Parts: sequence; C-alpha cells; structure tokens
Amino acid sequence: MEKFTTLTATACPLGLSGVDTDQILPARYLKVKRAAGLGAYLFHDLRRDESGELRGSFPLNKPQWRDARILVAGRNFGGGSSREAAVYALYDAGVRCVIAPSFGDIFSQNATKNGLLTAVVSESDSEAITEAARALPVTVDLQACRIVCGNQTWAFSIDPARRERLINGWDDIAMTESFRAKIASFRANDAAANPWKYPA
Amino acid sequence: MAVNSHSAAVPMNQRQTLFDKVWSAHEIVRQESGESLLWVDRHFVHEGSFQGFDQVKARGGRVAEPSLTFGVADHYVPTRNRPAIASPEIARMVEQLDENTRANGVTLFGLNDPRQGIVHVIGPEQGLTLPGLLIVCGDSHTSTHGAFGALAFGIGASEVAHVLMTQTLWQKKPKRMRVIIDGKLPEGIGAKDIALTLIAKIGADGAQGHAIEFAGTAIRALSMEARLTLCNMSIEAGARCAMIAPDATTFAYLKGRPYAPKCEAFEHAVAYWRTLHSDEGASFDREVALDASAIVPVVTWGTSPEHALPIDACVPDPARESDETRAKALSDALDYMGLKPNQKLTDIRVDRIFIGSCTNARIEDLRAAAAVLDGRVSKVPGLVSPGSSAVKRQAEEEGLDRIFRAAGLEWAESGCSMCVGINGDLVASGERCASSTNRNFRGRQGPGARTHIMSPAMVAAAAVSGHLADARPLLAGRKS
Ligand code: SF4
Repeated sequence: MEKFTTLTATACPLGLSGVDTDQILPARYLKVKRAAGLGAYLFHDLRRDESGELRGSFPLNKPQWRDARILVAGRNFGGGSSREAAVYALYDAGVRCVIAPSFGDIFSQNATKNGLLTAVVSESDSEAITEAARALPVTVDLQACRIVCGNQTWAFSIDPARRERLINGWDDIAMTESFRAKIASFRANDAAANPWKYPA
Repeated sequence: MAVNSHSAAVPMNQRQTLFDKVWSAHEIVRQESGESLLWVDRHFVHEGSFQGFDQVKARGGRVAEPSLTFGVADHYVPTRNRPAIASPEIARMVEQLDENTRANGVTLFGLNDPRQGIVHVIGPEQGLTLPGLLIVCGDSHTSTHGAFGALAFGIGASEVAHVLMTQTLWQKKPKRMRVIIDGKLPEGIGAKDIALTLIAKIGADGAQGHAIEFAGTAIRALSMEARLTLCNMSIEAGARCAMIAPDATTFAYLKGRPYAPKCEAFEHAVAYWRTLHSDEGASFDREVALDASAIVPVVTWGTSPEHALPIDACVPDPARESDETRAKALSDALDYMGLKPNQKLTDIRVDRIFIGSCTNARIEDLRAAAAVLDGRVSKVPGLVSPGSSAVKRQAEEEGLDRIFRAAGLEWAESGCSMCVGINGDLVASGERCASSTNRNFRGRQGPGARTHIMSPAMVAAAAVSGHLADARPLLAGRKS
C-alpha cells in the first residue's frame, strides 16, 4: 500500500453532506474489476446528467478542481453500503484525502486499507477550509495531524492505529502472518471449549 | 429484562456489557494501538465478494477455513424466470461466486438451492447465526445477525480477503451505546417504525463508532423477526453493529435449525448463551431511551433514513431551518424527491411499491402486508420478493401469495431485487416507490428513482391507497 505522510494539492469543496457510498459509486458499477479502474465512475450520477453529459454545476467538473486530490465534504461522508469500490473510485480518480466532520465507519476502515486518508475536522473548520481552499492549495500533514492553507492551520483527528498504518503503508495480511502460531492455538482451544461453534 | 441473579456479586470493575463479553471471547491479540486481532466464527460471501477473492488470488492464497465460510447468491440473482439470467454480465457475477466457492471448497447456497435467499435472512434460518458468534460479511447489513446476541458487522473487500486468508480481522473496539425501549408497542406498529423513530432522533450518523445494545421490555417482547429488522436498520444510524441479549425467544427460534447444535450440544450452548447479557451496572458510553407506547407509523420523505416522520406529519420546510447548510441539504432532498415544503405526507402519490429485502421480507413481514392487502386491490403496480426461498414456500403454504396476486402485485423469487436494483429490478427514473427496504438514498433503486421507506404494512397501505397512508385504519378488525 502507498504510504501517506504529507500531501499538498488542490482541495475541491464538495458542498454536500451525507454523501453515501451509493452516490460515490452507484451500485451498477460494482461489477467492474479493480484492475479495470473505477475512477471514471466516481460520483457518476452527481457528476453526469441522464444523457451522460457532465453537469457544469458539480464542483469536480469545474476546471479548477478537475485534478483535485483532496475533497472537503459535509458530515457523514461515506455512510451506507460497505462497498470498498467506493474507495477505489476515489483513489483511481486521484483522490488521496477526504476532509469531513464525520465518516461512515466502514468507509473509513476501507479507506485506510487503500492509502486514502479520512481526516476528521469540526463542522466549523470544515466550512473554513472550504472557503480557504477556493483560492489556495491545501497541505495535509499526517505526522502532525494538521491541515494548512495559506496562513491558516487546523488540526484534524484520526484514529492512532489508522494513522500508523497509513504512514507506514502497512499491509494487514502480511502483519497477521506474524501471529500464525497464536491464531492456531486460539482456534484449537476454542474448538475444544466450544465445539457447538464449529458446524460439522 | 435478562438480569443475572448473580450480577450483584460481580465487582464493579468487572461488570461487562454483552458486547464486551462477546468481543473478549474472540480476542487473539491486542496491540498497543488499541486494535485487536479477532477470531471470526462465520464468514458469509456473496456475488459482490469477488473483489476479496481477487485479492486472495493475486496473493496466491486460498480460503483458510472453508467450513466456517458460506456463500450465498442473492445480490444479482434474477427474481423471475429462473434459472435463466438474461444479462450475460449479471450471469457472470453469479458464476464467479460459484467458481470462487467451488475452488475453495466453500458451501454455496446458490441460485438453484432450495435454501437460497438473502444472506441476512438465511443465516438465521439455517441456524448458522448463533448467539455469541463473531460474524462478518462484505455487506453493511450484517448487523442484522446481532439480533441473536452475535457480534456481527459489515466489512470491505480488503477485510474480506483478510478473513478468507486468516479467519481473523483487525478491529478497534467501538464505544458502547445502549438503546432502552420500554413500554408496549401499539397495534400495527412494527420494528421498522421503532428503527426509523430512533434514526430520526439520533441521525444517520448518530451511532457512528458505537456498538448498540437494544434493551428494555419492548425489545424482550419482540419476535426474532422483529429483532432482526431492528438490528438490520442499526447501520442506518451509523452503528458499527447492534446486539440483543439472547433469551427464550432466541433459543426457541434456533432449536432444530439445520446448522444449529443438536441435543446435548444444544443444551451446552444454551447454558453458555444464558451468560450473554450485560451485567447489572455495566457502563455504556451513551444511553438513549424511547417510549414504545409513543411510537407511531413512520415513513421517510427524503434521501436519508434520518429524513423520517410520522405519517400524519408534513414535509419539512427549508425556510424554517436556521442553519444554512442544513437548509440546503433539506431543499436538495426535496428537489430530488420532487416534493414541496409543507406538503402533507399522506398527499404524496406513489407509482409503485416493493416488498422485499433483508430488512422486511421475512414471513411475519409478508403476513403483516397481506393483512392489509387481503380482499383489496393495489392502485399501483408492485413486486413482492420474499427474503428467502424457504420464506416463499411458507408464504405459499399459508396462501399469502394468492392475496398478493389477487391485489394485482407480482409474486417473485427471492433475492436482493429492488432493494439495490443490480439484478435489473429497477424503479424508473422519476418514479416514486413505497418500499419495505432500508435505504432511500438517491438512486438506490435505480438512477433517478425516488424511494420512501416504511414497514411492510405501511407499504401495503400505500398500495391500496395510491399514496402514503396510515396502515392502522386499514388493519382495524383484522388479524395482523
Ligand atoms: S437486501 Fe438490500 S440491504 Fe439487504 S443484503 Fe441485499 S442489497 Fe444489501
């Protein structure tokens, strides 16, 4: 997994709260294999009208934000479905960080597994960042848990375990390998103590 | 309420919640960072889990515990003209699950299996879901299984791959929230009304980062089916999971189920299951209380499950919202839904109805809808897709299918169907659907579709009225 330490990039203010994973990636694109890339389907139905034309009013379609690598959103970003492909769509479109007052739990977890930072800020800071980002690029510093734009600075929060994973680019499955013996003995004890848990 | 007679003897610092007990029974390792490596007792996979299987293949791995992994074909399966699948792309999704489970020796409840159905309906039905188990699935509504006192939650594809390869999962312990619902539910009020009342109160992110425990006299009085609906909807409040302490209702439901322990093993398990309740005085990070007797039929008007109101209310007016961000969110939702501020909810006409999904398509749900529909005709077209093939057979034995058909509704096979529309069962753009499902998100039932979620009885009331309507007068003098 790609490491995340600091990122300076254009930040697009989405101006929307409650952007659920069905809006990030509509269910009909869930058939697409990861290898094929999902960036083209990001926010598909918000971004495009029924004939498939880009909606000029959607922030990411505006020339200044087309290449944004940071998004600023309202509360409850990524609530709803557990589809990790919503994270793939963001990542494949170049987004590496979403700043919002709150995130869906499963979405944040999925983001961490893919090198996408979900930075939690207060509602008022989110509005202030939204304003500041209209004119200037934003720096997100994961070491210091700090967002900088021009001469303004805001703190953000992230679970310490998630922060550590992102900074180091750790791979969970490789990490778990080192606990093989413990897992095996847990299983053996559990099967002996609770045979009813194990279907014949 | 389940109160352990020995609880008074448990020292304060050792008093545990139900959630704590099940969590610690699965903890293999705890890291300094606060994350734990947890053992997984049951892993359900479906057609959408291919992203997880692909990751396993890319690593040259295989399924570590095939006997604890179960495949279910539900998300993409057709609900008509089975077993043919018209779209090759959709057929490929079902085949892929077949191949992935077969290659790893995993049991599959496939398209033609008589036990097929929606994963969160058949887990309990088959006795795979048991109290005290840790259950995961690459689907957010896995919270459903918590109705049995299991610790059950949804995971993403990378976590699916991790569980497939190791039968374990890294998780940080969520906070604990207790929702106490005391009192007696009025006639005609279902678990869906409780859930939507709670979500409207605490918000669609109100339980974020929390494991909910539902407790109180009203919860004790709920059937297993109703408890499943309630725990299912907890994800719509943002909860990581929800649990209900197992009791006599739980044990009676499980006895004799195909995968449930048998004879002595069952008694042994019940003895353990009886210890699965929060100790008296155990502490919660947050407590919320609802009065069951005050709950009324609720419907959603907007594009989030928190946009829920009693059926006799009016659509909100953004002009009356002082907060600018909130006012904009309200008017965006009204725009999408094609509604006007202050419009009466009962004046909202519907174009079609859907009864189905892991939330409300169990036998009791179908009975509740049929009680309203019996001898009446639906004013709009609609689809009824039972939660499982077993539910379908039982409904047919009881003659419910005839009531739905006589009302002019289509009686279909079981699957996720119009809850998410990826099998092709879609609501057309601009159409308004009264639905027994769980999400009224924009485009959830199809691009441009407008969804109002409510209980199955309320969906039936909307069908016979042609607009959103209170089911209670239609149930007067009937057995619901
Ligand atoms: S019925 Fe709907 S919510 Fe339930 S598992 Fe299927 S798609 Fe998900």
